[in-house]
Amino acid sequence: MSALSVSYAILFYFAFAILVGGLFHKIRQYWRTPTPLKIATTPAPVTQTGVILRMASEIVLFSSLFKSNKWIWIFGWMFHVSLLLIVLRHFRYFVDNTSIIWFWVPLVQPFGVYAAFTMIIGLTGLLARRILVDRVRYISSPSDYLMLLLLISIASSGAMMKFVSHTDIVSVKAFFSGLMTFNFQPLPGDPLLLIHLGLVATLMIIFPISKLLHAPGIFFSPTRNQIDNPREKRHLAPWAAELEAEKAK
Amino acid sequence: MADFEVPELKETLDIPKYVDGVMAHSAPYTAKAEFQEALGFPGELPENWQQVALEKMTDLRTRYRSFQVYLDICVKCGACTDKCHYYIGTADPKNMPVARQDLLRKVYRRYFTFAGKYFPKLVGAVDLTKEVLDDWYSYYHQCSQCRRCSVYCPYGIDTAEISMAAREIMDSISIGQKYCNEILGKVFVIGNNLGLPQRALADTLEGLEEEVEEDTGVAVKFPLDQKGAEILLVPPSADFFAEPHVDGLIGYAKVFHEAGASWTMSSYASEAGNFGMFIGSYEVMQKAALRIRKAAIDLGVKRIIFGECGHAWRVAYAFLNTLAGPFDFLDPRYPVPQHICEYTYDLIQKNRLKFNKSENDHMTLTFHDSCNVARATRMGDKPGGQFDIPRAIIKAACNNYVDMPADTIGEATFCCAGGGGILTDDLMEIRVKGALPRMQALKTVSVEDGVTHMAAICAICKSQFTKVIPYYGFTMDQIVSVHQLVSNALVLTGATGENDSSENDEGNTEKE
Ligand code: SF4
Ligand code: SF4
Repeated sequence: MSALSVSYAILFYFAFAILVGGLFHKIRQYWRTPTPLKIATTPAPVTQTGVILRMASEIVLFSSLFKSNKWIWIFGWMFHVSLLLIVLRHFRYFVDNTSIIWFWVPLVQPFGVYAAFTMIIGLTGLLARRILVDRVRYISSPSDYLMLLLLISIASSGAMMKFVSHTDIVSVKAFFSGLMTFNFQPLPGDPLLLIHLGLVATLMIIFPISKLLHAPGIFFSPTRNQIDNPREKRHLAPWAAELEAEKAK
Repeated sequence: MADFEVPELKETLDIPKYVDGVMAHSAPYTAKAEFQEALGFPGELPENWQQVALEKMTDLRTRYRSFQVYLDICVKCGACTDKCHYYIGTADPKNMPVARQDLLRKVYRRYFTFAGKYFPKLVGAVDLTKEVLDDWYSYYHQCSQCRRCSVYCPYGIDTAEISMAAREIMDSISIGQKYCNEILGKVFVIGNNLGLPQRALADTLEGLEEEVEEDTGVAVKFPLDQKGAEILLVPPSADFFAEPHVDGLIGYAKVFHEAGASWTMSSYASEAGNFGMFIGSYEVMQKAALRIRKAAIDLGVKRIIFGECGHAWRVAYAFLNTLAGPFDFLDPRYPVPQHICEYTYDLIQKNRLKFNKSENDHMTLTFHDSCNVARATRMGDKPGGQFDIPRAIIKAACNNYVDMPADTIGEATFCCAGGGGILTDDLMEIRVKGALPRMQALKTVSVEDGVTHMAAICAICKSQFTKVIPYYGFTMDQIVSVHQLVSNALVLTGATGENDSSENDEGNTEKE
């Protein structure tokens, strides 16, 4: 195996470890941090089912963002849905599509292809807002621009492999299957492919140490996920209970 | 009239282009050492203040999930940037909710995140310096904790949570706000924000009894510290004397009178407002809340009802059970606590109150949804009851009612700009400028629908509006209490005064 294949193998193991380990750490941290007070943004659902519906509409439709700003909503939603389709499409590199549970993988392929374009349009729209709207420019740091450029580069390098200069996807699949089964296979030395994969690994590494934490974080947002029932049910965090016990002494 | 420029009311509300630093000079007076110490905070800036502040930040991050999650997950999408009334009114970019959060977030990143430790420039992380601290003091006292930004953020990030944490961090290094912390001192020593002692309260209430009897010929009582009463009413202390607040108190008393209820107020817990929330301190907030529990136990009441007050209703509705519960010694048939509007509304539903609506015919009303009632609480058992119930009461008491534009009421309501510890003369400029969006909406309905008066259910809103509304060409008396409208129109059983309508009295005498 070439040094290149070995480096990419190591890179992906490393990126995967950071992504999973980092997310695990952050999710555990969010999970363990108590919510001492009921702070749902009202009007809020008064039942658990209601909260599930509220969260679902935030996550699937970005409903608060829709209320807030139609431009950010359209670009942001376009980008996220495209990303989802593309990620699903990429399952074909990791799974055995002869198995029945992966029956949907071939079905998403055609959508996944065009999603690259909508993803680029969405991201470009967001980047344009960041540069053109004075208020958004004010709150942006270099990392905010770079994040968009990184995603745009990933999408365009991927799209170019599909539409401009094909890569040997059978070998790519063999390489990733190999990584998963510890039966290492060489990676084609295509520059576009190497750029694409390098950027994806970068994205995986920065995921748990950046604002991309909004993905797991939204599930933990108390203003959105709490049931509005403070009068009906007493809510008490462990540290507040301790405080109370101490006082009672 | 003012030593600053009062924003102009135009045809529509414009989102301004930002102008750097225009409100950097705005900062409230700091509290003296003795007041800080009385609340358990240091009186002097510790030498290692950076370290103490960072430790406090860590303490809060491990105790409040909201704080930790919100510091991490903002994507700087910008959706909240045009949502804060203080940004709209001042154009200072640090009054954009996300930028206000960033004042704290950039320090969090610098000391507690990988990217901020090793690549501070890349992610906009900065050291905690004196300049940063000054910015904190300035801009975290230009947030009324109104939660409007939280409605519009895709992740529900609530800048109020960040502001509260920031104020608590500053208190931990001796930097407290004079207005909030001195008021809290009064609550703990005397029992209310205004420092009215028992004697003064008793006199005031006696005076009110005389006044109402003179007006109506009916002996409406204003009981204080009456053991064995069924209901404890906790009004904001402004209700005891200030206009238009006191007219609201008269309204509550008349409603209780007509319902034949046995009720009392308490001189020990004569304050609905809980400034502990403004400074973000669970402990201080709890200490104030426990006074209400103690008063309820000492007086042996069965129900607790809160008067018209916004942030107070948040602490009461959303936090009281947590801070001072469980209330298993009260009558389980009623929610604890209840809002006076829920109480009055219930009587209206049951046809127990009779109104002569024409008493309010000289006014065309609109209703200002108080920020914390709208976005942090509920009334009744359905989501949104906090919007419907007060309106239903107004409509039961008045013939002429018009809503302000839809994007300025309900959950989208604009704060009065005096909430969250901002209602102090040393912050007049931010108070006036922050009121712009509400004033604009009021102007719209004044011009288009002939609205003459705006009703509110919050002591802070009423005080703030009566003070700032003249800057925009309105007059103080255009602000009314919701229960003032009830008071005007409620037909009292056996009344002889101008409210008299004895032929309609039957059916009003049934008692609870
Ligand atoms: S709307 Fe939320 S995520 Fe977007 S910039 Fe504002 S606080 Fe950040
Ligand atoms: S809570 Fe209200 S005052 Fe504070 S930043 Fe948000 S919108 Fe502005």
